Amino acid sequence: MVVIRTLIPLLKGLAFTIKHLFVKPITYQYPEQRREVSERWRGLHRLKMDDGRLLCVACGLCEAVCPADVITVERTETEDGRSFPSRFDVEVTRCIFCGYCQEACPKDAIELTRNYDFCEYTREEFNLNRDQLAKIEEA
Amino acid sequence: MIPHPDPTQETLVLNMGPQHPSTHGVLRVLLKMDGEYVIEAEPVLGYGHRMHEKMGEVRSHNGFYANVGRMDYGGALSFAHGHVLAVERLSDIQVPERAEYIRVITTELNRVASHLLWIGAFLLDLGAFTPILYSFDDREIALDLLEHVTGARITFSYFRVGGVCNDIDEQFIEGTKKFIKRMRERIPMFHKLVTGNIIFRKRVEGIGIIDRDMALRYGVTGPMIRGSGIPYDIRKVEPYSVYPEFDFDIPTYDEGDCMARHKVRMDEIEQSLRIIEQGLEKLPDGPVMMEKVPKKVKSGPGDTFMSVEAARGELCYYLATDGTDTPYRMKIRSPSYSNLSILKEVTSGILLSDLVAVMGSMDLVIPEIDR
Ligand code: SF4
Ligand code: SF4
Repeated sequence: MVVIRTLIPLLKGLAFTIKHLFVKPITYQYPEQRREVSERWRGLHRLKMDDGRLLCVACGLCEAVCPADVITVERTETEDGRSFPSRFDVEVTRCIFCGYCQEACPKDAIELTRNYDFCEYTREEFNLNRDQLAKIEEA
Repeated sequence: MIPHPDPTQETLVLNMGPQHPSTHGVLRVLLKMDGEYVIEAEPVLGYGHRMHEKMGEVRSHNGFYANVGRMDYGGALSFAHGHVLAVERLSDIQVPERAEYIRVITTELNRVASHLLWIGAFLLDLGAFTPILYSFDDREIALDLLEHVTGARITFSYFRVGGVCNDIDEQFIEGTKKFIKRMRERIPMFHKLVTGNIIFRKRVEGIGIIDRDMALRYGVTGPMIRGSGIPYDIRKVEPYSVYPEFDFDIPTYDEGDCMARHKVRMDEIEQSLRIIEQGLEKLPDGPVMMEKVPKKVKSGPGDTFMSVEAARGELCYYLATDGTDTPYRMKIRSPSYSNLSILKEVTSGILLSDLVAVMGSMDLVIPEIDR
């Protein structure tokens, strides 16, 4: 009797599981099939360009607001008096992807893209500099 | 601290953890065993300590805010809610009503996701593998919705002192309504598959009984105290935010065993869905961020205390400040840490396999214990 009482729920559960063999799978076959992430996704950083020029004016607000201290900005000026960053480094491995930098930027020059799977062989390769950040595509 | 077994008695000291799947993280439990029976279970903490409280004392309020989600990966938004409310209370900041509603809606959605994670993990501890796939199926939808508004799936970093950083949109509202409908159909399924299952019932009924007196003595909170028949929920006993405007119940069960805690959490999912539903209905228009949020949130010298109901129990923040934008002292009372203190008394004299059930029913989140 006990055996039957124990077996019935097991069989019920099994029947339920078997039913699920015939519905569409809920998993993704990553990496062939990639998941669409939200518009607001906070992934890898990117410096925005406009006409081949960086939008960033090296004001240093993102550097000040960053809770993980991973941004380093150095300011310099062109001959016609425009300021731009001579150095803009982001240590991506230490970044916590909080999104404060893109919120703080007055020029909308830094952005966290929808790029979520980035990998490198060494940690050093994750210390991105200005030109690398500018090259990152909007995902 | 390490119990020295008496060699004349046949006791055995066993390490459960720090890498044990049913401790859900790096928690070590030192067990003094007599055969299969646990004589004494002593939790040993500190393997994943990250000095969050100290970090709170060297960073500004906003800077530390990014940390709070890292303490509780299951219900990060409740931790965030407590922190922003504490800072706002400290510096007298008024939040627009819409922002407060959005906070409650997203926090409750996160609570549902957290309880779903718990069901899956708890049953996994008990040896049932399949339920976690079902509960993660549902949790995935909740996380997708949260990802849509916040931009992340675990560490949301969504609230700000003075409001929330992004408004919710139609797609979120529609999606949430669909999710509520779906969950209402799924909860009976969970009850049918799990709660009524004879194997499950034999594993949890009458196991790990915490009576009212013991619950009060140890100061356990959350679903654990409600499973012992005490309707203690900060959302009702000390209402904060816009919770007084919602109509919801506090589920309690008197048995005090693992089954009661399971039932409390299942019922809480339903209650959270009710709150979300009402929140979406009542959602006022308006801004989601107060005007002119100061770049540096400053306040006069003083201290404040804020407690909220996180998914696992009462969460308190104590902030003392000397007038700068960095707290002088920050103390966090996290629910799992206090709940864990009861382990020794509850588990003395029970079977090792029942210890796993008791620990599972506590819904321990180790990063929050070792914060
Ligand atoms: S996302 Fe946050 S941690 Fe990362 S660089 Fe921006 S501000 Fe710093
Ligand atoms: S990215 Fe924006 S905030 Fe950062 S230095 Fe450049 S302009 Fe300033």
